[in-house]
Amino acid sequence: MSTALKIVDNATCTFCGCVCDDIELTVEGNHITKAKNACVLGKAWFLNHHVEDRPVALIEGRPAAFEAAVDRAAQILVNARYPIVYGLSDTTCEAQRVAVAIADRIGGCLDTTTSVCHGPSGMAFQGVGEVTCSLGEVRNRADLVIFWGSNPAESHPRHWSRYSTMPKGLFVPNGRKDRTVVLVDVRRSKSAPAADIFLQVKPRKDFEALWALRALVKGVPLDESIRDETGLTLEQLQDLASRMKRCRFGVLFFGMGLSMTRGKHLNVEAALALARDLNEYTRFYVKPMRGHGNVTGADNVVSWQTGYPFGVNLSRGYPRFNPGEYTTADTLARGEADAALIIASDPMANFSQPAREHLARIPYIALDPKETPTIRGATVAFTTATYGINTPGTVYRMDDVPIPLRPAFESPYPSDQQVLEAIEQKIRQRQGVTP
Amino acid sequence: MPRETFILIPGRTSRQGTTLNEGKLTGAYLDEISTLQMNPDDMTRLGLNAGDRVRLRTDQGTIELPCQPAKPGELPAGVLFLPYGEWSSRLMGPETHATGMPDSKSFDVELETL
Repeated sequence: MSTALKIVDNATCTFCGCVCDDIELTVEGNHITKAKNACVLGKAWFLNHHVEDRPVALIEGRPAAFEAAVDRAAQILVNARYPIVYGLSDTTCEAQRVAVAIADRIGGCLDTTTSVCHGPSGMAFQGVGEVTCSLGEVRNRADLVIFWGSNPAESHPRHWSRYSTMPKGLFVPNGRKDRTVVLVDVRRSKSAPAADIFLQVKPRKDFEALWALRALVKGVPLDESIRDETGLTLEQLQDLASRMKRCRFGVLFFGMGLSMTRGKHLNVEAALALARDLNEYTRFYVKPMRGHGNVTGADNVVSWQTGYPFGVNLSRGYPRFNPGEYTTADTLARGEADAALIIASDPMANFSQPAREHLARIPYIALDPKETPTIRGATVAFTTATYGINTPGTVYRMDDVPIPLRPAFESPYPSDQQVLEAIEQKIRQRQGVTP
Repeated sequence: MPRETFILIPGRTSRQGTTLNEGKLTGAYLDEISTLQMNPDDMTRLGLNAGDRVRLRTDQGTIELPCQPAKPGELPAGVLFLPYGEWSSRLMGPETHATGMPDSKSFDVELETL
């Protein structure tokens, strides 16, 4: 491989849902040596994804030819009675489409990592609706920016500087000076010093605090006892409710502090309902802070292909949606799935112990650029190229805006899309389906 | 040894994010996800020093790991923080209450000093 110096302009970082597409990469051979404009997480993403010395495929832990691994993967999936396809948040939309096709062919459950991040938010969107906007609108218009249950300083470091609090916009020409920034969280995280107002809500009391704000916005009287319930004084809540009603363009970004805490979709529904209420007085929006680089793309692709964003069962030949029944944390923990295809995710590290124990008992196929606990336990494991660094394609930013990828260098490993297309082709052959 | 119920918040940290890219099987990542942060006053009350090991237990599992004091004011009394990863997941229950999402933040754990 050539070691000539190469500059890649406007490369896209796919580490987090900000999907910053203004990165200037310096590439030497198969190493990225500089990532100008990238945050600390983006730099770690670009500078640590070089070509690793691993077999392209493993069958039961032993190096195998690609074709043999594809054949074994197809055999496992075709022979299964309740297969699941899971992951997908760290790969391209093009690969996600093929994964949907595989789930459809084998009549399996199709689920993405959304179900264990903002899946409850997806349920809340269905229940209440989403008053939505793009990050470009936030950049140009927002004068009140609230972060609730999220810690952008550590999880989305450029969100502030690129989209939400710092930029000088059309209607906020002085940037940060024209904005009020509020952080609501259980702990005084590293994001707190950058906020104008920090409100420390009691653990597991987000719903109550949001509902109290709804009441105050509507003019319903509350008394001082709200402090015992939420940890926030009546004065603090009245001040925030007043700021929300008086702003010209307000936005509430919520993190997994809402969706992962008891109440889950109800917590998010409270935030969505508050934003809806506020539109009687001003323009107010609510957006989830999405984690993985293309988890938003997974929602979009699965929705446009099946009508539902995650937790979809295709066993009857048509899609059915039921979180709690068809979601992977459940199908594994209850011991229902009898085979799995896992793409670009690590349930062996992130799922509950019963779910992990069941996954270890069933045959499964895993695709990942790096070695992970899930790859180590896979019946068939594929080493794949890294999306955005080695492969082109499309990803969706957290505000549902599609962004193209501009790869830095070629990988000797196939892309997720190529592996999935090969498996789908082999499944067709085994099922006797004419291409 | 003293046992007490705390609320555990697993969450993302900057170091977890950077070391994740080096690999989930690397020392720095494993060190980050296996260090518990506690309210300094809680540590003093329980006679814990930085680096002392504690045992955390739920119905689902038990883990032992070292603790460090959080920055003053960062964590309220009775709340623990652990960078999200394999160890925090060992304490998480499988029940999703018909959402697909286990209770992954702000769940009760029993802490025992060792």
